[in-house]
Amino acid sequence: MSERTPVPIGTAESAFDRRRRLFGVMFAWLCGAATLVGVAALVVLLVDVLIDGLPRLDVQLLTSFASRFPERAGVRAALAGSIWLLVLTAVISFPVSVAAAIYLEEYAPKGWITKVIQTNIANLAGVPSIVYGILGLALFVRAMGLDRSILSGALTLSLLVMPVIIMASQEAIRAVPPTIREAAYGLGATRWQVVSYQVLPMAFPGILTGTILALSRAVGETAPLILVGAVGFVAFTPRGIMDQFTVLPLQIYSWISRPQDEFRELAAAGIIVLLLLLLTMNAAAIILRNRALARR
Amino acid sequence: MATVYGIDLGGRGPALQARGLSVYYGEKHAVQNVDLEIPANQVVALIGPSGCGKSTLLRCFNRMNDLVKTARVDGTVDFHGQNLYASGIDPVEVRRRIGMVFQKPNPFPKSIYDNVAFGPRMNGLDGDLDATVEESLRRAALWDEVSDRLDDSAYALSGGQQQRLCIARTLAVKPEIVLMDEPASALDPIATQRIEELIYELKRDYTIVIVTHNMQQAARISDYTAFLYMGQLIEYGPTETIFTNPREKRTEDYVTGRFG
Repeated sequence: MSERTPVPIGTAESAFDRRRRLFGVMFAWLCGAATLVGVAALVVLLVDVLIDGLPRLDVQLLTSFASRFPERAGVRAALAGSIWLLVLTAVISFPVSVAAAIYLEEYAPKGWITKVIQTNIANLAGVPSIVYGILGLALFVRAMGLDRSILSGALTLSLLVMPVIIMASQEAIRAVPPTIREAAYGLGATRWQVVSYQVLPMAFPGILTGTILALSRAVGETAPLILVGAVGFVAFTPRGIMDQFTVLPLQIYSWISRPQDEFRELAAAGIIVLLLLLLTMNAAAIILRNRALARR
Repeated sequence: MATVYGIDLGGRGPALQARGLSVYYGEKHAVQNVDLEIPANQVVALIGPSGCGKSTLLRCFNRMNDLVKTARVDGTVDFHGQNLYASGIDPVEVRRRIGMVFQKPNPFPKSIYDNVAFGPRMNGLDGDLDATVEESLRRAALWDEVSDRLDDSAYALSGGQQQRLCIARTLAVKPEIVLMDEPASALDPIATQRIEELIYELKRDYTIVIVTHNMQQAARISDYTAFLYMGQLIEYGPTETIFTNPREKRTEDYVTGRFG
């Protein structure tokens, strides 16, 4: 072997070494900048809304109904409607979606029919929400005679979020290690026992996160609800699922389309309320997930 | 045909008897026409190079291959004179009576107690659950290490302890046969030795079929050894004969480390 001249480390950087180091640094900056775009947009939105809306954000806003006079108007009906709709949509879509996900992952034979169903669900998740609105109008409002009720709205929104919840749940169920299933089957557990005692508890945090994210999207929906008959001006809080209703995004829209500046401030305040509602939901998702994870 | 030596059944019927057993994964003929007699209360080792079908064969004995959607099994496996693959046989009952320990320790994300109690609970055997849990953990030589922390998560245990927990969990449903799929391959030498000692203890009460990559391990712990190669059973007989005086050239090459 030939003798090597010892080279101290850090003294022989070639052009190639310099270039790849530079690329590394540039790549990191580029990714950082991309992150900033999203953050900056959010900050601008928040600041703008807060400046306009904060002066109007008070208890009166939450306790008053819509009104012709901006100083007397509030989001009471819209907030109540949104919460009603949210809860009812969750109650309808969660069990159906999770059951569908369980069927597709654990029971369905792996044939072409399952593949067709699977592809359809993925496509449904991408269907524009207005289309669900048309379906809701034809099916729930007219054909089933549910009228322009909260129930019609919740059923329509359920159709909208179900594909998303199904796919998120399937993902969570698939993430349960196969070794856990094998272990349970190996002990003489039936399929139902394996699913209900091992797979579902392990998949639950993921299912929950997916559900709450999908519901957050539903809370912000306007278009399908206009079609199924949510109205911009409601002067009462709903008392049952067959009542008429309005929701926050619709209330915001109806205010923002008015010429007076006061209504625009009111709309900004409404946006803050909507954002707070979404924030609460996401916080709930995180808390519930952490609690489920801690129980392991 | 495979070379098979006389198997001493000790005056009883075989614990398991496979006849003409074949497994197909789609097009692949993973196990080919295997005849194998497993004597009761003995340790039988299945050895052979990777992909020879030994794990697949093991999984035939408690119908775990049912869970692989592409797998198809031909032939019969008799257990107390009843073919496990006959129509009307519930694989759930098969798996309760013929337990399995897997390659990687796979405890449930639950407490130590709940891990052991899971099988009895699922099978409605929870008469005196505390006693069953204690007895199973004692048999798996784990009780002394965990008796004061049964409510701790199973994930807090070391790899070797987790594998003994998995053995305890299997014993808790009171199987007659325990199938082990390379149970020590993910463990360090000390933990491996404990598992091997445990297997020696367990054969008094159970019939054990073990797949192993480690030939010294097969030689140390088994009474009978079956050598598989490319899906076929090549040679089956007393472990001492297989390792010291095999009749088949391929067996000799494998056990002496010339290939595999």
